[in-house]
Amino acid sequence: MIELDGVSVTYGAGPTLVRAARDVSFRVPAGDALGLVGESGSGKSTVLRAVAGLIPHAKGIVVIDGRELSNRRPRESRKIIQMVFQDPYGSLHPNQTVDQTLSAPIAIHRLGNAESRIMTALTEVGLGREHRYRYPHQLSGGQRQRVAIARALILEPKVLLLDEPTSALDVSVQAEILNLLTRLRRDHGLTMLMVSHDLAVIAHICDRIGVMHSGRLLEMTTAAALAEGRVTDPYSQQLLRANQGFDASGVVIDVTA
Amino acid sequence: MNGGPLLTIRNLRVVYPGDDGDFRAVRNVSFSLGRERLGIVGESGSGKSTTGRAIMGLIPYPGRVEADVMRLGETDLLGLDEKGFRRLRGKRIAMVLQDPKFSLDPVMTVGKQIAETHRYHFRSSKQAARTAALEMLEAVHIRDPARVYDQYAHQVSGGMGQRIMIAMMLIAGPDILIADEPTSALDVSVQQQVLAIMDEMVKSRGMGLILISHNLHLVASFCDRVLVMYAGQIVEICDAGRLQAARHPYTRGLLTALPELGRRRAELPQLLRDPEWLIDLPAGVGAAC
Repeated sequence: MIELDGVSVTYGAGPTLVRAARDVSFRVPAGDALGLVGESGSGKSTVLRAVAGLIPHAKGIVVIDGRELSNRRPRESRKIIQMVFQDPYGSLHPNQTVDQTLSAPIAIHRLGNAESRIMTALTEVGLGREHRYRYPHQLSGGQRQRVAIARALILEPKVLLLDEPTSALDVSVQAEILNLLTRLRRDHGLTMLMVSHDLAVIAHICDRIGVMHSGRLLEMTTAAALAEGRVTDPYSQQLLRANQGFDASGVVIDVTA
Repeated sequence: MNGGPLLTIRNLRVVYPGDDGDFRAVRNVSFSLGRERLGIVGESGSGKSTTGRAIMGLIPYPGRVEADVMRLGETDLLGLDEKGFRRLRGKRIAMVLQDPKFSLDPVMTVGKQIAETHRYHFRSSKQAARTAALEMLEAVHIRDPARVYDQYAHQVSGGMGQRIMIAMMLIAGPDILIADEPTSALDVSVQQQVLAIMDEMVKSRGMGLILISHNLHLVASFCDRVLVMYAGQIVEICDAGRLQAARHPYTRGLLTALPELGRRRAELPQLLRDPEWLIDLPAGVGAAC
């Protein structure tokens, strides 16, 4: 469903050129979920944005659903692929009701029966009729993220891109959203590409996990291998240790960081 | 200082007046802090940060701080005015916040900010303050302190910013450090380093540390004792090593709602909030586990 071959993303030019993603290649078969982990600046979100077509890629090939997509995307291609962002406080328009937020994609893609689509999407994410005419500030963080997910689902996409979808949420709300994502993936056969810095969250949703560092895809592993600590790259091992809480013995204090 | 607790709090309440009566953001909170690492965990709105701010005297009007006892060593914090608190902050008790990008002054070099604390509390000369600041930067493992001294907040990385904050907070030698989500804005590998430095400083200076965090794993692995807060109250006090054996259904609910590496469950159990958890607990004593 998603195929990346040698994708590079650069910002700037000349001496200030930044290579945010370097030669990244992977495939996600239909219905699968792939996770990307790494620290800030590792390029994981850049890859996600390049797949979404939000930023142009300088080199390489992006194939979605059998079609190669260039940096100019036709409108239909955007319907297949939808994205959920990290911060539901920032990704919803504060002056638009849930109804307006959900109507926009329907209008843009000139789809019919807005009424039933909106109600279906709301039910799907566990929101009721009473939430439809509320503004974002009248919703809790978890409810806002549900609206963001509903907005992505309303176009019936095949691919869902998730950029740290639960890191702004409390633990109990995170569990609800993760359960929702698991169910949606199962019911709709969605292909997912998810980015997170939390290994446990990624391993909960995704079967295969790619570790990224300074723009490169270092290693492709599985949730099971990660759980057993079977990672080969030293950076992946460090990431794994750091995710298991604080361990004074394992810390090398780096004087430059 | 003698061997008594560094901080004693009995029945702390933080109240914000509202249209439909007072809102009690923190209630019935009692605990004492020795030379230890104490964690406070809870979800947003549980009152954990408000508790930290109340101790620092940072609850803005119209919020009110009330307590039966609130003592920092021998000093009574109740009824202390802003001027009194200003003398304590930095000197006796200090606070590190989440994101150094926002807590550092953007238009003053970081070295000057550290030296300023020293000058204020010790009435020291510029030169003495500078020397002390450079020593502090070295103590938090910053290589080339002289170079970093003249840098501005935007020129340093997040991890370094947080070390600078720690240096600034510890320069006047406080007894207690309150760290409110000190590593949440940092990458995991940098988190570990900042925690290790904080741990080292707290141990070598015999300080008490209050670590406020939403991250159960982090608190359990870093602290000696953990307070679990829910809806403004302490619902449970635990030895950090025994957090997995917590008894309160809220703590248990939080623990099981966390996804775990190597134990993938088809469905994560969702936390069902029992209205009984909101009932006022007898002043202060959360169930010990």
